[in-house]
Amino acid sequence: MTLEILKVGIVSCSGEAVPGGTISRIASRMVLDELRPDATVTICLPLFIAGGQEERDFAATYPTITVDGCEKRCAQKSTEKLSGKPSKSLLIPEILEKQGIEKPTSLRKLKPEEKAAVQVVAEAIARAVDEILEG
Amino acid sequence: MKSTTRKVVVLPCSGIGKTYGALARETTYELVDRVRPGIAVTTCLALLVIEDPEAGQLIMTHPVITIDGCPKGCARKSVEARGVTPARTYQAINFYKAHKELKPDGIAELNEAGLKLAAVAADELAQVVDELAAGKEES
Repeated sequence: MTLEILKVGIVSCSGEAVPGGTISRIASRMVLDELRPDATVTICLPLFIAGGQEERDFAATYPTITVDGCEKRCAQKSTEKLSGKPSKSLLIPEILEKQGIEKPTSLRKLKPEEKAAVQVVAEAIARAVDEILEG
Repeated sequence: MKSTTRKVVVLPCSGIGKTYGALARETTYELVDRVRPGIAVTTCLALLVIEDPEAGQLIMTHPVITIDGCPKGCARKSVEARGVTPARTYQAINFYKAHKELKPDGIAELNEAGLKLAAVAADELAQVVDELAAGKEES
């Protein structure tokens, strides 16, 4: 018997100090709120430490996509260490480079080209969600 | 004369799911960018979760202010998990309780009232940053 996957978890890096983190947060919210609202859930990354067992079971409960804004890969590493192996791990600099989009520089008040980058990243996350749901 | 001013680390919750998380982050940006640039600094909270050595060193050698967006207190607990007691801890909802004319809304991006509230809160926290930068740790 195969169990149907109903929801995919998205773990975004918090990224307060790097422009890729801002792209990661906003793109993840776009997927959660607009692109795949019925198919996705999220958790604040630090809850793996600050929360209880329910939070730490997140990646065991949902197939999970981590979205990182820089090479330190905090979302991927903390999910692996504290919750479970992610189904997919996305890195924003890689996504943007593949699309020929320049690296973002803003932490807030995104420029028009950075808003376009958010859209590209959100679509990449949505595709990853679809791939997981389609098995 | 030797300056005694030091940096103060401001850490907001990561705030991916709640308006007050976004308010915490925007208040931090206001402090770091506009109100006390060069004195107030921040880092990614997630770096503490993965036990990044540089982020750990930063919070161990400077006074830390945490601003949390919900009662789960991720920012405060993430600092405490590294063996550091924050010099000051805040809940972003209390900024709204003190200024009920500014109702924040939005998660990815705050509404106008939320942005204004973040600016007001940062202005009010300036004195705290100055005290900590001057070495006055006791609240």
